[in-house]
Amino acid sequence: MKLELRGITKRFGTLVANDHISLTIAPGEIHCLLGENGAGKSTLMNVLYGLYTADEGEVLLDDEVQHFRGPGDAMAAGIGMVHQHFMLIPVFTVAENVMLGNETTLPGGRLDLEAARAKVAAIADRFGFHVDPDALIEDLPVGVQQRVEIIKALSRDAKVLIFDEPTAVLTPQETDEFMGIMRQLRDEGAGIVFITHKLREVREVADRITVVRRGAVVGEASADQSDAELATMMVGRAVELTVHKDEPRYAETSLEVRGLEVTNSSGAVVVDDVTFSVRGGEILVVAGVQGNGQTELTEALVGLHKPSAGSVMLTGQELIGRTVNQVLAAGVGFVPEDRSTDGLVGEFTVAENLILDRRSGPPFVKAGMLQLGARDDFARSAVEEFDIRTQGIAEPVGRLSGGNQQKVVLARELSRELRLLVAAQPTRGVDVGSIEFIHKRIVATRDAGVPVVVVSTELDEAVALGDRILVMYRGRVVGIVPSDTPREVLGLMMAGVAPEGSEAA
Amino acid sequence: MSDTERAEHARPQQTGEDRWREALTRVVSGGWVVSVGAIVLAVLAGSIMIIATDKGVQEALPYFLARPGDALAAMADAVGGAYSALFRGAVWDFRADDFATGIRPLTQSLTMATPLIMAGLGVALGFRAGLFNIGGRGQMLTAAAAAGRVGFGLDMPWPLHMLLAVAAGMLAGALWAGIAGLLKALTGAHEVIVTIMLNYVGFYLVSYMLATPGLLQAPGSSNPKTPPMKNSAVMPDLLGSDFNLHLGFVFALVAVAFVWWLLNRSSAGFAFRAVGENPAAAKVAGINVPRSTVSVMLIAGALVGLAGVTQVLGTVTTGFSNDIDSGIGFDAITVALLGGSRPVGVLLAAILFGAFKAGGSVMQAAEGVPIEIVLVVQSLIVLFIAAPPLVRAVFRLPQPDGKPSARARRRARRKEVTA
Repeated sequence: MKLELRGITKRFGTLVANDHISLTIAPGEIHCLLGENGAGKSTLMNVLYGLYTADEGEVLLDDEVQHFRGPGDAMAAGIGMVHQHFMLIPVFTVAENVMLGNETTLPGGRLDLEAARAKVAAIADRFGFHVDPDALIEDLPVGVQQRVEIIKALSRDAKVLIFDEPTAVLTPQETDEFMGIMRQLRDEGAGIVFITHKLREVREVADRITVVRRGAVVGEASADQSDAELATMMVGRAVELTVHKDEPRYAETSLEVRGLEVTNSSGAVVVDDVTFSVRGGEILVVAGVQGNGQTELTEALVGLHKPSAGSVMLTGQELIGRTVNQVLAAGVGFVPEDRSTDGLVGEFTVAENLILDRRSGPPFVKAGMLQLGARDDFARSAVEEFDIRTQGIAEPVGRLSGGNQQKVVLARELSRELRLLVAAQPTRGVDVGSIEFIHKRIVATRDAGVPVVVVSTELDEAVALGDRILVMYRGRVVGIVPSDTPREVLGLMMAGVAPEGSEAA
Repeated sequence: MSDTERAEHARPQQTGEDRWREALTRVVSGGWVVSVGAIVLAVLAGSIMIIATDKGVQEALPYFLARPGDALAAMADAVGGAYSALFRGAVWDFRADDFATGIRPLTQSLTMATPLIMAGLGVALGFRAGLFNIGGRGQMLTAAAAAGRVGFGLDMPWPLHMLLAVAAGMLAGALWAGIAGLLKALTGAHEVIVTIMLNYVGFYLVSYMLATPGLLQAPGSSNPKTPPMKNSAVMPDLLGSDFNLHLGFVFALVAVAFVWWLLNRSSAGFAFRAVGENPAAAKVAGINVPRSTVSVMLIAGALVGLAGVTQVLGTVTTGFSNDIDSGIGFDAITVALLGGSRPVGVLLAAILFGAFKAGGSVMQAAEGVPIEIVLVVQSLIVLFIAAPPLVRAVFRLPQPDGKPSARARRRARRKEVTA
């Protein structure tokens, strides 16, 4: 089944999210839609899927114009979509989720779960998925949940499959397996739209590449173009993809973490006897697949989680047992993993967010009163210094792009006198142009003699930014290795295989 | 309990909390245009009801096709008469002979508005900090009881006596609301449920005290009613004894200024608002969320308590019974919503509702329009405010899109994945 989009235009108020986009997806090809966050990729797919109505343009299936009034119509016509955030019900089983919205019933209105189970098993067998139809979704790892989404799409006989940023939540190994699944689906004749902003994946798997920028198609690329060329097309200017940093010059300050153990609310040990040290002037990247204790580790460092054992010494000062406020006051800068949830108050202005954790005294608070003048002066200079693209310091921060939001967080944390910087996923969901800037600022902090801990799930970033790399797996340190360690070794470490001759775990 | 069981139990509670918060943000971020639109729509809807219940219209309708003029005139007459009576009872009595009588309705409206302003501020402060304070009734009653006990039970000179009574009432209100804040901070008990239940506890506690000699009951009486306040505890009338407007109105204006300062200029209010908008980010920024919850409930309770205090020391000084709150604790929620949870907005909304209260009785007496119409209009205002898209659609206002707020965007991403 051939899918064609002709001149799709979608406006939101004055914002043109899609500007006359035309696209053809032939059966048996993987068509990559490459573009930065906010380029309009997902809007386009939502138009195609019937979630939005296009202002102009039409969708054609095998040269027939379609009028989808909702996802139901799109699904019935053979289009399946796997969303970035899974649309599964956590407390339902795999089979129940797959049949949801398309239930078959036995006499008396009972659900025909047997048929759903059989369907799941049949599709899983065909593609070699190991999925238990009776497992609860919430008990499954993210990679398997994604397969359930794929099974769900396939169970409706989808001929065209749309994957929206599918690898964002996967480990390198899971990503490789996912690429294999995409190829298999393609070889069976499905048309595949693969939306991403990760260049390596695009070059690996794409049959065709369409680059989107600011709501419009800027051209087709081929998979044998270099990363730099693709990035330039995507961003619209030349981009530096490598991080330049000199040999570390160590300073007096240091972070010493000894035997740290954190248990979560349900009593499971999520950080297990973690020991490492970071010297001033050095970046330690904590690498690993999402959900292996990195989040809890950083939260324990800044006092958000009370560890059950261990110590965190910052240049001779014990941080454990202090409140978040006291840890921040001790000179710890913290960039949380999820900036929109933990880092910023979306409805607050840029200026307000820039002083969110600086309420305890001068220059922004005197005698319990906010010093609006000092705040606004600081905000204006921070906006300039950190190149925050905003309509003004009074604009709600929620209206900024992801990259600019992250720059607000970074500006807030780096404008204080720091003795430690903890940055969790500092470039997640950030556009390529801002990544470059954020990396530079983190390296500048390191060069100022501050110990820096960066948590990253992206191997590329870990290798580029780190002086040393600590790999975590199931809450434990697999090893601490130099950043020139081969990628395959790092990949294995992320799966829990300790390398020979690494620092003690 | 196993881990998975625990997770299952934790989940719905979490989403429930999110939903409350989301509803709150929607309502609070409506903006004054929506508020004004809602008032206009509600008044129009009220007109239809006035027409439907009017005797003249009902008599003219059967021969509508023969003489439509009659019915239309009757309709115009009914609506015009009702609203002009409302105006006459609430703002300016244009049939009065002298200025003092003419202006009396306005002062009456302001008197009615006084407790609504303060209770509305208390509820609004909670809204801004992410807390639903539904306990206005209980807080007002306990505050009235404490202020009343001091007001009739002690002998002191004015103004010391009055100020002590005010302080006692505010403290009682603060503590009553503080219970809910403390339970939420320590155990996570939802403040909606706790404050509602505390309404009952407060009501029956005060009822018991009113019926018990030696506590609140007037000596030598078997009625559940207190003795009158001592003159040294009474809030004096502002414009002489011809008018009911008392010092409480000044307290209310001070409260408006205080809450404005608290929310917009103080570092404590900054923290409260941060907790209200995004408790997770507030926590990461080093704000003690439980402490903020308790502080907000204490201040909100003191404000609502002040409303109860002015009732017993200003409006009804001859002794009170357990209906002294007269529904203000709940009207305050409406006022806070209409005022967009902003102090000046609450002031204006409370004055509007005070005017409805003052004018409604005149409307009923002069035109025979049931006073329930006023209550229906009030309720419709809130109903329309709760549905901003509806108001925007009716008035062809632009729907806020293109660049939605972070929350809306997050919600949209969850639902349909924006680019």
